Amino acid sequence: MKGITSLEKKLSGLEEKLKKYREVLLANLVMIGEIPAPTSDENRRVKFILNRFDEAGLTDSSIDGSGNGIGVLSGKDNSEAILINAHADTIFSAKIDHTMQVSSNSITGPGVADNSLGLAALVTLPYILENMEVELNRDLVLLAGVKSLGRGNLEGIHFFLDNNPFTIKGAICIEGMQLGRLSYSSIGMLRGEITCRVPESYDWSRFGDASAILTLNEVINKINDIHLPKRPRTSIVMGSIVGGTSFNTIARDATLGFEVRSESQEVVERAGETINDIVLEVSSKTGDQVELDIFAKRTPGGIPYSHPLTKCARSVMETLDIEPRLAPSTSELSALIDKNIPALTLGLTMGERTSKTNETIQIEPIYKGLAQLIGTILAVDGGYCE
Amino acid sequence: MKLVEAKKKKNLTISLCLPTLNEEKTIGKEIIIFRSELMERYPLIDEIAVIDSGSEDNTLEVARNYGADTYLASDILPNLEPKRGKGENLWKAIYQLKGDIIVYVDADISNIHPRFVYGLVAPLIHREEVKYVKAFYDRPLAFSGNVRASGGGRVTEILVRPLFSLFFPDLTAMIQPLSGEYAVRREVLEQIAFPIGYGVETSHLIDVYHKYGLEAFAQTDLDKRVHENKPTQALGKMAFGILQTFIKRARALGVIEKAEHETILRQFQARQDQYEQNLIEIVEEERPPMIEIEEYRKKFKK
Repeated sequence: MKGITSLEKKLSGLEEKLKKYREVLLANLVMIGEIPAPTSDENRRVKFILNRFDEAGLTDSSIDGSGNGIGVLSGKDNSEAILINAHADTIFSAKIDHTMQVSSNSITGPGVADNSLGLAALVTLPYILENMEVELNRDLVLLAGVKSLGRGNLEGIHFFLDNNPFTIKGAICIEGMQLGRLSYSSIGMLRGEITCRVPESYDWSRFGDASAILTLNEVINKINDIHLPKRPRTSIVMGSIVGGTSFNTIARDATLGFEVRSESQEVVERAGETINDIVLEVSSKTGDQVELDIFAKRTPGGIPYSHPLTKCARSVMETLDIEPRLAPSTSELSALIDKNIPALTLGLTMGERTSKTNETIQIEPIYKGLAQLIGTILAVDGGYCE
Repeated sequence: MKLVEAKKKKNLTISLCLPTLNEEKTIGKEIIIFRSELMERYPLIDEIAVIDSGSEDNTLEVARNYGADTYLASDILPNLEPKRGKGENLWKAIYQLKGDIIVYVDADISNIHPRFVYGLVAPLIHREEVKYVKAFYDRPLAFSGNVRASGGGRVTEILVRPLFSLFFPDLTAMIQPLSGEYAVRREVLEQIAFPIGYGVETSHLIDVYHKYGLEAFAQTDLDKRVHENKPTQALGKMAFGILQTFIKRARALGVIEKAEHETILRQFQARQDQYEQNLIEIVEEERPPMIEIEEYRKKFKK
């Protein structure tokens, strides 16, 4: 941790200096945010990001085999690298109007926080560092990762981590919000869908009783009855439900999207088995087709609270007067943890209405968020975090 | 970057004028993008000015916040009797702004992109003979949430194109004669009159054509422009204003009689990337009153 005092000196006044880059950052944010990028269809957005990397003179930028956008800002000694990652996909379909609205203090639009702001910071970073004449020792690898969310299941970052030529000494994942977020561990997770279908050869004697929604309701009630331990902390999130077509037709199908999260891998697995039993039981009882599809899993892990990287990040946050909020993550961080790369997730600003089309971020806290990001990069680059 | 170099070499200054009236929803984004891309990253424009007709929302506050110069139209040339209309703002910009080239961009565009400016000024930088550059688009209408890529330009198709076909066939070469985005050399702007209302674009085309000929014009494809679609009644007002301006000019230039000999309507159609003119002969023949027909008079004993 020695040398961290000189780092603190570098941080003083940084927030104020970063205000100079407001237009460049926000223009990037607006332009990125207005390019739709639903999971597995991020191509146009990644091309834009690559153009920005090229314009910033990152000669080694390219799109990899999985579609990730990668830019490399070469350091003085390029034997080691720091990875900055922002996922490029959003939960919004390309059919949604992606117009961003800019007011004096805030920006509103689908995905503006998750993760257009993260991407805007990623592409503006080389411009800012060059302008501030900051030269890093290590290579800075900037990754706009595709196929991250939902069924994407972190495919982009997994591909990158399996196939890249760099020696990554530390990684920072950036998310639009909330400022203060500090994730350094991943929890166990299992994500899936349960789909109920009423058979085509429908038995009309079951008038009023047969419906995929009713069957799914049965499944939901049973999942709700699963006993979960208080310690290790565990929860089952029933996140989305889709089914039926109109008021007066029997729902032929209904789907539940859910996630089991726990600090213990064993509990996650046990809950998964119980859900599988429920599905089989309801299926045989009702005669309806009930299917369980589990498409994403994470194992718990991460660096300890006392790891130098976490310490550095907390120290940077403290210097900048940011209250750290510790929260485990199931996002790209867990892919990095799987590869034993010390990694963190940081948030850049405050905002509200996450995952809605009128998602909004505040502009003013962004400078603090960026100062925190640059501070943490300098700390990793200075070797204070190992 | 080449464009910026060419501009410097020719020692040109470029001003961007955004005329506004209650545009708080879109103005911030326009200024951010133009400042970032065309001032900070590539120094193509020398000033961004918002000239406002007296907005009641936060248009001026947002514009100032993002670093644009803001003016109330009524504060410019205060000794003249103030008039209210977009044309007034465009006209006063000639006095207030310093550029050799002034680029006008409407402030209500939601899909703003730097090409709205560099696309318009490039022909003026590269070609001496070009004096007036007009934008055209495949204009989509924004529908509740969904964007669909067709339609728009009703006043153009129903009013302006038929009028030009009759009186100024050369001007039908303008694909979007009413688009609010154009870049013009100061030496031209200071020589033409400005209707203060809806007729300003139409009058520009006629006056510049009359003074400098068709070769003074260039057109730039700005791809797409998304803005709020106006109701038919508002278009009626717009058409009425344009018609007034038009008749005034047609009369002054003595072209009213010309209409009797013109029977070709000139429209445009887009086939993928190609824009082609469609010439349609429409002859409005007439029958005389029935009473003048001999057989009729005989039959009804008149």
